[in-house]
Amino acid sequence: MANKVLMKGNEAIAEAAIKAGCMHYFGYPITPQTEIAAYMAKRMPKIGGTFLQAESEIAAINMVYGVSAAGYRVMTSSSSPGISLKSEGISYLAGADLPAVIINVQRGGPGLGGIQPSQSDYFQATKGGGHGDFHLIVLAPGSVQEMASLTVKGFELADKYRMPAMILADGTMGQMMEPVELDFDVAPAPEKPWATNGTKMQRKHNIVNSLSLIPEELEKFNFKRFERYKLVEENEAMYEEYKTEDADILVTAYGIASRVTKNAVDEARKKGIKVGLIRPITVWPFPKKPFEKMAEKVKHIVCVELSMGQMIEDVKLAVSCKVPVTLCNRAGGMIPSTEQILAEIEKYAKGE
Amino acid sequence: MKTTKYLFSGFGGQGILFSGKFLAYKGLTEDKNVSWLPSYGPEMRGGTASCSVIISDESIGSPIIDKTDVLVAMNLPSLDKFEGTVKAGGTIILDSTLIERKVERTDVNVIYLPATRLASENNCPTLANMIIVGKLLKVTGEYDDATIDATLKKVISAKHADMLDVNKKAMEIGANYGD
Repeated sequence: MANKVLMKGNEAIAEAAIKAGCMHYFGYPITPQTEIAAYMAKRMPKIGGTFLQAESEIAAINMVYGVSAAGYRVMTSSSSPGISLKSEGISYLAGADLPAVIINVQRGGPGLGGIQPSQSDYFQATKGGGHGDFHLIVLAPGSVQEMASLTVKGFELADKYRMPAMILADGTMGQMMEPVELDFDVAPAPEKPWATNGTKMQRKHNIVNSLSLIPEELEKFNFKRFERYKLVEENEAMYEEYKTEDADILVTAYGIASRVTKNAVDEARKKGIKVGLIRPITVWPFPKKPFEKMAEKVKHIVCVELSMGQMIEDVKLAVSCKVPVTLCNRAGGMIPSTEQILAEIEKYAKGE
Repeated sequence: MKTTKYLFSGFGGQGILFSGKFLAYKGLTEDKNVSWLPSYGPEMRGGTASCSVIISDESIGSPIIDKTDVLVAMNLPSLDKFEGTVKAGGTIILDSTLIERKVERTDVNVIYLPATRLASENNCPTLANMIIVGKLLKVTGEYDDATIDATLKKVISAKHADMLDVNKKAMEIGANYGD
């Protein structure tokens, strides 16, 4: 415990990024993630790194593209409307096979929406969030500790698979403080022979580009990229199971929704209801296996989300519709209460 | 196994978030699990501010508080808004300089502390919040000099070290008031 400090989730992300060797940050302020930029503004000049408040989100993501192409670990952060602005750049990063870490501290939408916590960017994060065939590795922290550790993981996976990784957080996770330990064993960045870091007259020019006008070639790039995505799906899915061993009802939730859901599971257990929780930690790749397993054992699945129902589609796919899956939700910046989730669990425990 | 849920509330600028932070750091000093969740956004910008603090021997589920054990209310809108959220048998500490009405609940312990008046009488007008925290620790039986000193050193940065003594003094004023 001696090494634990109390930090906001946003600050934990920023410090973890620095620990992961990210010396370059480009951002633009937006609530509820501005502490990331503020922290970087304070720290980066002291350690010889770059903090740059760009003129817009679009500028920031394109600066990320440039620094990543040069072979360095780099990050940007924003909240929902800002991520939409970055979407073009994110697609370009994916198209150029560039690693980078993008933070989305979600707020209520659509449009300018509100500033309170939300999970309504799940589709955007996991199903694209830009044009073209591509995926991001999407990590969904459930604590301030994970805001830090998954940021480190994001850098490692992005480098390993040469693709952008996103931290899909929400306003609560960004604003809350919890004790966090920041001693990480960070995998050093791999060699990047593709980087545009100067030929030193010893090799051919590297070109980092997402333009490919010959369809036969572009198709080849896409097939190759999806072979890599397949590896990610096979190897990198992460989740937490909580009290699932004997469960006949399953709830599932990620991020802040999983924290409230955990309380509801504990309350339901006190009442003798056999209920368990699966908390996806990666939402792309979606952890299908524990759901396939539980589909054989439970009679009902409740998906708790701060949205109108987005992750629920992946849950239904994962269980091949063998078990009914229903939604328990709030939206627009509201958070379901323990009572609301408990009532939902009780309803299905009684067999309604 | 014990879990205590605190809600601090008042105007922006009264040190609401700081009081909550003090309590969270105190929990960390004592090797407990803690969470601290502020209100953010429009309500902070000139309106009411609040923060939820949970201190527990167990790991903490949701940082959001449905039912409060201890409510600190430093203005009337906060008392109006949160009085109903306190558990039966819970505690409400309010700044009676700024809140003229009495608590309507009869199933909670209420402490009326003229914190803002005490703060200005004792030449620490910005520390009504810490006067309340002192009282809070006294009534919960957690007023311990060594822990308080260690916590203040964590929560007040070295740059503001001159504020350590005056914060401690404010807490003493609160703790001793009414004795």
